[in-house]
Amino acid sequence: MTEYVSHIHPVAAILVHAAIPLTIILVYALVAIWGERKIAGFIQDRLGPMRVGGWHGWAQSIADLLKLIQKEDIIPTDASRFLFKFAPFMMFAASYAAFAVIPFSSAYVGSMVNIGVFYLLAVTSLLTLSIIMAGWASNNKWSLLGGMRSAAQMVSYEVPTIASVLTVVLVAGSLNLMTVTEMQSGNDILGFLPNWFIFQNPFLIVAFIIFFISILAESHRVPFDLPESESELVAGYQTEYSGMRWAMFMLAEYADMLLLSLLGATLFFGGWNSPFGDFMAGPLWGFFWFMLKGLSLVIVMMWIRWTLPRYRVDQLMHICWSILIPLSFVNLVLTALWEVIF
Amino acid sequence: MLNAVKQSWLTFRSIFTGMGVTIRHFFGPTVTLQYPDEKMELPKGARARLYVNIDDCIGCNLCARACPVNCIDIETVASTQDVDLGKTSTGNPKRFWLTRFDIDMAKCMYCDLCVHPCPTNCIYMVSEYEYSEYDRSNLVYHFSNLEPEMVAEVKDKAEKEAEQKKREREEMMRKKAEEKAQKELEAKKKAEEESNDKEKGEE
Repeated sequence: MTEYVSHIHPVAAILVHAAIPLTIILVYALVAIWGERKIAGFIQDRLGPMRVGGWHGWAQSIADLLKLIQKEDIIPTDASRFLFKFAPFMMFAASYAAFAVIPFSSAYVGSMVNIGVFYLLAVTSLLTLSIIMAGWASNNKWSLLGGMRSAAQMVSYEVPTIASVLTVVLVAGSLNLMTVTEMQSGNDILGFLPNWFIFQNPFLIVAFIIFFISILAESHRVPFDLPESESELVAGYQTEYSGMRWAMFMLAEYADMLLLSLLGATLFFGGWNSPFGDFMAGPLWGFFWFMLKGLSLVIVMMWIRWTLPRYRVDQLMHICWSILIPLSFVNLVLTALWEVIF
Repeated sequence: MLNAVKQSWLTFRSIFTGMGVTIRHFFGPTVTLQYPDEKMELPKGARARLYVNIDDCIGCNLCARACPVNCIDIETVASTQDVDLGKTSTGNPKRFWLTRFDIDMAKCMYCDLCVHPCPTNCIYMVSEYEYSEYDRSNLVYHFSNLEPEMVAEVKDKAEKEAEQKKREREEMMRKKAEEKAQKELEAKKKAEEESNDKEKGEE
């Protein structure tokens, strides 16, 4: 389909490639925000939103969106106006741009670049910048504290994330996410298990655990939601934001969550590969399997959010610098040895 | 090193224990009541709103006097002799027209103290609890079933009868006074006659 569009006009191709991930993000965000509230409700023996739209309040996110659009756009007097207005859009742009290299199905990837993983990690690090921008431009102590915490947290947790991603890159020998996914097709392990990297060697299981803990911190999910902790920092860098600007932050956060989950699904769970080999395989089934794997990780992240309390700042840093980083590098070296030996 | 492994194991075990608890609750029953659609059954004797069965009220004012916040406002007019207001279902004769019986539920504190003094059990709490209003004055409940014209008529009649009674009483008083005066006069005459007789006898 995309080749066909690019025959018509290159600009049309750009628009289509830009629109597909955007559609996925927007639909996902509507479903995920509703889903998160339902999951939270059921975990706490409540029902969650029930009234809007009929069946289990499915239209709650749409109603929320309409409400947010109508809200007054408040900019504090002492805020740095340009940066204050710019930060939410930059944050969304950072997580949206990274979707370009995610292979959604065997027939579709926004941009087939050879340095996909590198590009993705580089672009998502802009998130830190936009959060600091929002926190500092708000001219509010909570926001600044949230922004600073976020910078410290994301810079720290990028190291174990990259180290665990490198473990996969080491095994795959490629930075292109499409190639990485293609390497995981087939069901050869123990005769029936799919060739996903998580099953390929024991060190990759450790790498996945490190990766998962790190992406929880990267996307500011509980138990690592210190930048926006509602109870102590009154939502951190979001304190002064309201209406659509706040909605952009929320959207960016959910998009980031999906992005990192999809990256995890690509790197460790075979991306768009069907778990049954050639059965239920194909471009559309590929998209289905890919989103299923990504959304399962998102659901686990939500499940953890409503289970665990928040870590203290020093505990957060302790986990990162004295456990995850050494462990991830040792794991990297051991994987390299495994690859040399077998 | 061994300690670190042990600590990690304990951490993961506690995390998975917690996640087990939450997943059990996720699939477990919910406790939410979808309020406007489903309603909780109120306990017996729930004190939600005062109600007056005006047909049984004898206008004795006991409830109004028992009320600690003065939220009951009763005005009664004595019934005239030509009207029989009948009896309550408990057999007490009714002697008053209830021209006003207002309860201000905004003031009411649901103490139930007005319920017990009632000799005919006509004021009691009902379990109707959905009666929010936009205007506080709408929370004043009027229980009197008399029309305004009826109230005016009844008051007029009662006034007339009262006047009549007053006049009758005055008449009676005057008659009594006259009788008394006459008796005194007669007594005086008698006394005079007696004294005359005595004087005659002495002569």
